[in-house]
Parts: sequence; C-alpha cells; structure tokens
Amino acid sequence: MPDTSRNDHSLAGAPIRIEEVRKVYGDNVVLDDVSLDIEAGEFLTLLGASGSGKSTLLNIIAGFIRSDGGRVQVDDRDLTSVPPHKRGLGMVFQHYALFPHMSVAENVGFALKRQKVRKEDVRRRVGEALEMVEMGDLGARRPADLSGGQQQRVALARAIVFRPRVLLMDEPLGALDKMLREQLQLELRRLHREMGITFVFVTHDQDEAITMSDRIALLREGQIVQVGSPSQLYDEPSCRYAAEFIGVSNLFSGSVQGGAFVDTVNARQYRLPDRFDAAGGLLMVRPERLGVTALGAAAPPTSCDVVEGTVIDCVYLGSDRSVHVRTDGGDELVSRTPVPRAPDGIATGARVNAFWEVRDARIFA
Amino acid sequence: MTRILTRASLVLLAVLIGIYLLLPILVVVPMSLNNSSFLSFPPKDVSLRWYHNLIDDPTWLQSALSSLEVAALSALLAVVLGTLAALALVRGKLPFRGGITAVLLAPLIVPYVIVGLSAYIMFLRLGLTQTTLGFVLVHTSLAVPYVLINVSSGLVAVDRRLEMAAMNLGASPVQAFFRITLPMILPSVLAGALFAFIISWDEVVVAIFLAGPDLTTLPVKMWSGIRVQIDPTVAAVSSLALVVILLTFGLVGLTRLLQRIISRRATAALTKTGA
Repeated sequence: MPDTSRNDHSLAGAPIRIEEVRKVYGDNVVLDDVSLDIEAGEFLTLLGASGSGKSTLLNIIAGFIRSDGGRVQVDDRDLTSVPPHKRGLGMVFQHYALFPHMSVAENVGFALKRQKVRKEDVRRRVGEALEMVEMGDLGARRPADLSGGQQQRVALARAIVFRPRVLLMDEPLGALDKMLREQLQLELRRLHREMGITFVFVTHDQDEAITMSDRIALLREGQIVQVGSPSQLYDEPSCRYAAEFIGVSNLFSGSVQGGAFVDTVNARQYRLPDRFDAAGGLLMVRPERLGVTALGAAAPPTSCDVVEGTVIDCVYLGSDRSVHVRTDGGDELVSRTPVPRAPDGIATGARVNAFWEVRDARIFA
Repeated sequence: MTRILTRASLVLLAVLIGIYLLLPILVVVPMSLNNSSFLSFPPKDVSLRWYHNLIDDPTWLQSALSSLEVAALSALLAVVLGTLAALALVRGKLPFRGGITAVLLAPLIVPYVIVGLSAYIMFLRLGLTQTTLGFVLVHTSLAVPYVLINVSSGLVAVDRRLEMAAMNLGASPVQAFFRITLPMILPSVLAGALFAFIISWDEVVVAIFLAGPDLTTLPVKMWSGIRVQIDPTVAAVSSLALVVILLTFGLVGLTRLLQRIISRRATAALTKTGA
C-alpha cells in the first residue's frame, strides 16, 4: 500500500537492494540467489519457517555473515565488503543482547560514545530515545532488573538513538508473551510512522507479519516464494505454500479444462474467476469466503459454486463460528462466519451445501 | 528432627575438612614465633628471634623480591597469552582445535622434573639460567593452562550476540573486545592471573634447576634452608609468604569492588541530568 503520509520522511529511510545473494554451508544452500528491492521508508517483513534463510539474509545485510555471492546495497552504496561496524545500520537482536555490565543509559549511549558525540548531547539523546520507547525514568537500572518487554524497549532505543536510516530486527518479539507482543507490535508501527526509516523485520509468525508490514517477502528453502502487501499475500497467494503458510485455505485439486475447473476428488466442475493460472492444479477458497447452508434450505445465489458435504464439527470461537465440512469426495473444508451472521440449524452430522462466489476462488499451481 | 541431625553432621564434616586443610598451613605461624633453635610445636617461649634473623640476612629479602618479580611478570605474560589463546580457541574457527588445546594444556600433565631438566639443558646453552627472563619464560608456560581454562569457561558464557551488537553500534572488533567481552570475562581473567601468580610464587622443582648464586627464588632458598640444616627462619618466611598469598586474594577482591563502584559512578553521571 503506498502511504502518502510518509513522503515527507523520504530522506530519513534508505532503500536496500539485494542482488542475487547466495549463501552455502557445505551442501546446504541457505540462500539461493535471492534478489529483493526494499523501498526507502518501507516496513518489510522477511517471513518464513525456521531454515528458510530469513535470519541469514538479515545477518548478511547487517554484515555479520559473509555472502558467497551477490551484492547488498543500501542507499546506492555497495556494502558487500564493508565490515559491520562501518555499515551504520540499526539492529535489534533476538533475546535483546543488552550489555549486562552496563546500565540502561550506558547501553543506549554506546553508539553515540563510539561516534565521539559530546557528553551533554549523549545525555540528551539517550533521554530522548528512552522517552520514545516510554522508558524515560529507567536509565539507571541494569538490564537484569528489567522485564522482557522493558529490555526489548531498551534494545529498540539503543538501535535508534544514533538515527540509522535502516533498522533491522531479528525476531525481536519472539520471547514475549502474547499480550505484550501485540502491544509492542502496535508500538513498532507507531515508531516506524514517526521515524520514517526503513524497517526490515524477520519473523516466523504470519499474524505478526500481516499486522505490521507494508510488504512481506515469504521465504522458503532459501528462495523468495512471493513478495507483496499483506492483503496480496492473503488474497492472491502465488502457490500452495504461500496459501497454506498465511492463513487457512480450502483447497480443491483438479485442473483447468475447457473454461472450467474440474475437481477430480469431488467429481464436480466450477466456474473460473476473472484471473487464473491456466496450468493451475488447485482451486482455493478462504474460510471467510466459504458459506454453508443446510441442504433443502434456501439455495445459494446463482453466482456461487457449490459442493455437497456433511458437517463434522461446529466450533464457537467467540467472535466467529467455524463449521468443518467433509465433502462427499473426502476433502475437509472450513467455513468461518462472524457469530451474528452464522447460519442456524447447522449441527454435526447435517447435510449441507458449501458454496462460494466464483470471483472469490483462486487457481494456482 | 532427622533433617536437623543431617544438617548438623554435614556442618561438622565441613568444619573438620576445613581444619584438615588449614592446619598444616597454620601450624607454621606459631612455629615461627618459637624461641628454640629447632623447629618445634607447640612453641615454648614466644619471640620474634627468627623474624630478626630473617631481616638481618639480606639474601632472604633478595630471593623474596626475585620471586615477587618473577611471579608478577609470569602472571602478566600468562594472562595475555592465555586470554589470546582462549579467544582463538573459543571464538575462532580453527582446524585441529583439539590438538592445539592439548599442546597448550600439556604443561599440566608433564612432570615438573622433566620440564625443569629440559629447560635447564636448553637455557644453559642460551645463557638463561639464573636470569629473571629464564624463570619468567618457564613459569609462564606452566601458568598458561590455568589462564586458558579459566578464561575459556568465562568466554563460553558470553553471548556472541553481545559482541555483534557492539559492532553493529559502531565498535570495531578490538573495541568490542575491550568494551564488552573483557569486562564480562574479567572475573575469569583475574582468577587466571591469581592462579598464574601462585603457580610461580611457590614453584620449587623447576626453580631448583634454574637457580644459582646469581638468582634464587624464595621457594628454592627455603628448600636449601631446610635441606642442609633445619633453620627455623624458614617458618618465619613461610608465614610471610602466606601473607603475600592472602594479600593477592584480597587484591583481586578489591579490584572487583572498585570495578563495581566505577561503573555505578558512570551510570550516575549519565543519568543525573538526563531528560
């Protein structure tokens, strides 16, 4: 999503260009010629399961891992052979990595001292940075005396105090509990808006990626599967892996034949949406796009395609109700509806029609 | 009830072991205050006769100063070399790591007599017997393993990400070592230095080979003092040597205390007029 409110910050953030970066450990190809352009001021998330190469890529940008090929440019400056301490990129590490023998203020002031900033200025800027993460009065504490969330804020203050144009984050919220994580997600977004610098965020948590990012790069086995906005990745996954990694998906297997998708498992034909992959073997419908109605009740609209099945479970989720259906061919489907609009009279064992608007279906390989 | 009994007997056992360990050392102190011409226990008349004797004979002081010099220099050299070796072995990506470790720890296994003999043969040719340099070289090699073991275990406990974070914040690898790694492993380094000092301070076997009229260390002087005739001055010297070792321990404790105070000051200065 282009966000015009960020234009006045365009000088603050630096663009990053990753060109055919390769990393090999023995026979194991960790990064397979990855290329990615990150825009100035963008919040980009590297999303992937463990072993996908996302942390390796971040460490290559930071300079802690040497790539076996390719280039990394920040702001048109080739950093490939620049040592980490001369790159000037901010970084927040997994498990915070605060210096235990220094106070919070000394931790935050570390980078400024290296830059030989004047003492009064160090004091003022450390105070400002701590203020920004709402830790203004805790400068004298030791990291060991702080909670996990507080330590994370200090790590954040330490990474932004020297005004880097890029902030790298390696699963920074991984060690926190759910409530705190959600709160810090919102704060990171606020910080990103206020500072306007480029954020590169690594996580394996798809919800986190969707909530926070401008764009997501989904990695798998050292390759980028798909890059796009959260809604692009959710609504238009490029392949089965992307569809299943982000959100829940109902998948029918078959093939595109003569203007229709032929479902080989359920022996049915579905109409094609406007855009589709002609070579695609999967038709996907997201749970909230799938409706369920009792067989014999009002028929679904004619703009919908339908498959028959039996309800195997109904689950109340508070805000939503989900209905699990096994089709006669044996596919298991999930439909998810907000509770106020959930259909009545559907219980385990009921015969139902599962249906979806033709335009909501996606077809890919 | 049984729990109290168990506890009491454990405390008693600990005290007995403590006495067992300390008694042979502490017995020397009253012996040194004896007025008799022989080493005897318990002392009959208390006097400072042997301490006077010690002061009157300048060779004792000379050998003590030599020992102090050799021990201090050996400790310094062993700490630098041992810490560098630990850094390479723990942080570096070395081939034959096991082999290198074995070579560095070898002085722990090789009997001191063999070390002394071979050092003697070598140093005779090089003219290093009866020199401070010769003593320091051998004692350093004996002390490096203790520094290496201490510092390695300290270094393993330091999260590599702390050094990465320091570099990310603009510190060169050398600055990262002195600002982050060294302060964190300082207790291990000090412990290593302490071991190195004590190894050299009371090393007698190798020293007997290397010592002579030109240069004698305190342990060698004490050894000859009881071998030829049983000279109660040795008891006085032992008591004083004990004081030196206790002072060394105290110094290490004091250094740690100072370190804590200094870093607290720095913190206070940073936050005093902060926003």
